[in-house]
Amino acid sequence: MEFFIQQVINGLTLGGLYALIALGYTMVYGIIQLINFAHGEFFAAGGYMGVILLTFLAAHGYMETHPWFCLFGALLLTMGYCAMLAMAVEKVAYKPLRYASRLSVLLSALGMSIFLQNGLMLTQGVYDKAYPTDFTSGGLDFGLITFSYMQILIVAVTIILLVGLNALVFRTRIGTAMRATAQDKVMSSLVGINSNRIIATTFAIGAALAAAAGIMIGLYYGSVRYDMGFVPGIKAFAAAVLGGIGNITGAMIGGLIIGMVEIFAAGYLSSEYKDVWAFIILIAVLYFRPTGIMGENVNDTRV
Amino acid sequence: MILGSRKVWLYWAAGMAWFYLLLWPLMGIGADGTVTFADSLTVWGYVAAISAVLLALRQQHARGSFTAVTTPLARALGGAKAGMDRVPPVVWWSLALCIAAALPFGTSRYVQDVAINVLIYICLGLGLNVVIGLCGLLDLGYIAFYGVGAYTYALLSIHYALPFWLALPVAAALAALAGCIIGYPTLRMRGDYLAIVTLGFGEIVRLILNNWMALTNGPNGILGIQPPTIWWPNFEGTFGFELLQLKKLTAMYFIILGLTIVTIVAVHRLNFSRIGRAWEAIREDETAAELMGVNTFRLKLLAYAMGAVFGGLAGAFFAARMRFVSPESFSFIESAMVLAMVVLGGMGSIPGVMLGALALVALPEVFRQFELYRMLAFGGAMTVMMLFRPKGLWPAKRFGARSEEMD
Repeated sequence: MEFFIQQVINGLTLGGLYALIALGYTMVYGIIQLINFAHGEFFAAGGYMGVILLTFLAAHGYMETHPWFCLFGALLLTMGYCAMLAMAVEKVAYKPLRYASRLSVLLSALGMSIFLQNGLMLTQGVYDKAYPTDFTSGGLDFGLITFSYMQILIVAVTIILLVGLNALVFRTRIGTAMRATAQDKVMSSLVGINSNRIIATTFAIGAALAAAAGIMIGLYYGSVRYDMGFVPGIKAFAAAVLGGIGNITGAMIGGLIIGMVEIFAAGYLSSEYKDVWAFIILIAVLYFRPTGIMGENVNDTRV
Repeated sequence: MILGSRKVWLYWAAGMAWFYLLLWPLMGIGADGTVTFADSLTVWGYVAAISAVLLALRQQHARGSFTAVTTPLARALGGAKAGMDRVPPVVWWSLALCIAAALPFGTSRYVQDVAINVLIYICLGLGLNVVIGLCGLLDLGYIAFYGVGAYTYALLSIHYALPFWLALPVAAALAALAGCIIGYPTLRMRGDYLAIVTLGFGEIVRLILNNWMALTNGPNGILGIQPPTIWWPNFEGTFGFELLQLKKLTAMYFIILGLTIVTIVAVHRLNFSRIGRAWEAIREDETAAELMGVNTFRLKLLAYAMGAVFGGLAGAFFAARMRFVSPESFSFIESAMVLAMVVLGGMGSIPGVMLGALALVALPEVFRQFELYRMLAFGGAMTVMMLFRPKGLWPAKRFGARSEEMD
């Protein structure tokens, strides 16, 4: 029983991180119907920026004097960096192809993904980079189960970001503009919405969320690697599809489900095949219910 | 686009400033907390200089400064092309075949090695071309069939000592079966979804190869695969035939050359058959094709199976040549490589795919000292290609835009 509860906690932690990445996929897909292959690389870049900033701060001793300040400062800077990166990628590789065929944009995204991954490798090296360990120790012990401080931090930050995103999308003018652009790009530009700017903003927000997930996964597992974006990226995409692509609430639910399934499959079935389950769920969902859990009826050409 | 010259340079400066902001944190902060600017400034300087030169050239070109050179050049090229078009294609193909057949004589092992790689990738590219170029199904897990072919021959060879030539059809059949298994549930999807699901299937195959220790020996791979054999007449002493193991690189080269020729002829014949026309109809407009009586589901499945067959054949050869297989050779990046060859060369065009394979295998060998930057350049080239020449280096003659993409 303890094992079960422990697994639920682990699943929630991982699922929250997948949800954060999945949001970027689902928002971008909702607005320009593109699978942003480079999204996993934003996540990896976030992990790297986190390790760079935190080691810098740790080397100068700020981590001991102002740990929380450092952590949240690094988180915000990382999110800002990845937002800038995403806007640059969007401007260079996707915007000129806005009216090209879908295949061209998809391949351009794939090229960007490979480019960014290798750019990370060339600048930061092929080996794992370790996070400073000041934060990863300790936890709340409830006798049978333990919450590590890391897990509490991850769950808290995830919840804050998800609530913030919901508020942004459903309560603000820019969120309204984003939803309008997603529904009909031509009409929304006729009523005075700068659709190019809205699309760039969407990319930036999605990448910032992925960057937050990257820094937290780095803190959680203790290290990052240049190709760490690929597999979580695919899983997060599976989560987005599972929830109904284009649907923000769906992406959150889908992320939690994929995280739970992965942790339980690793805990109760076999840990070697834990990566397979996300793909199997993805295929099953697309086969039996292509619109996902929360998805509205999309027409034939979309699916 | 002829903007005011000053405005373009302003944009360029803003872009370069943005680029430096993105570049510096990655190169400027050391693990011990030191801050440097020299490394990042060097890289940035190269990029800025190259882009400035390209932009200046482009500006001059837009202003028409090079017309004195480009107009006669274009006319000469047009004339040469018209002259070459008058020569029947069979002449060009025989010329290419002669060069390919003469290649292993008098060249080093290194050249033969690269040539074998090029030919393997031509087979793979042509196989993928059937799926993506003819039928318009984006397959990101194509390398799985290559893996199925390779492991089929590897396992048959070490467990049952089956000769290469008998294993070849078995590998092709199993790959086709894998193609059907993957194709059956996925073919109801279109476009992007199909891409991501095939990517998932490719990863599943790799994970199974990696984790099924009892069958595949996991990440350690399979060693001791037999090379192909051949009955060779023996003229010394009593006349007879003896079984010869083809271990020499030259022999391997001719085997893959034969496979490549078979693949080229088969893909060409498929392309210009009823099936090929039906595939192209599906590519251009699936709904219209179905209304005209094309059995889209069966033909898409056939496209998958046919593509897989060529992948499986190339895989079996790969196992026989390396005499070692491991899951590492069948990762996603290989799928992306093959896809890039098809896209770079021109989807649906056989000479285009061959050109793409040649460019992506042979060019990195030429720039051997820049080995580290190979994948970086490869990813960047893929994007640049899509931006400036989305139809490829040697576009297919019959190719339209899918009607669903027009809106």
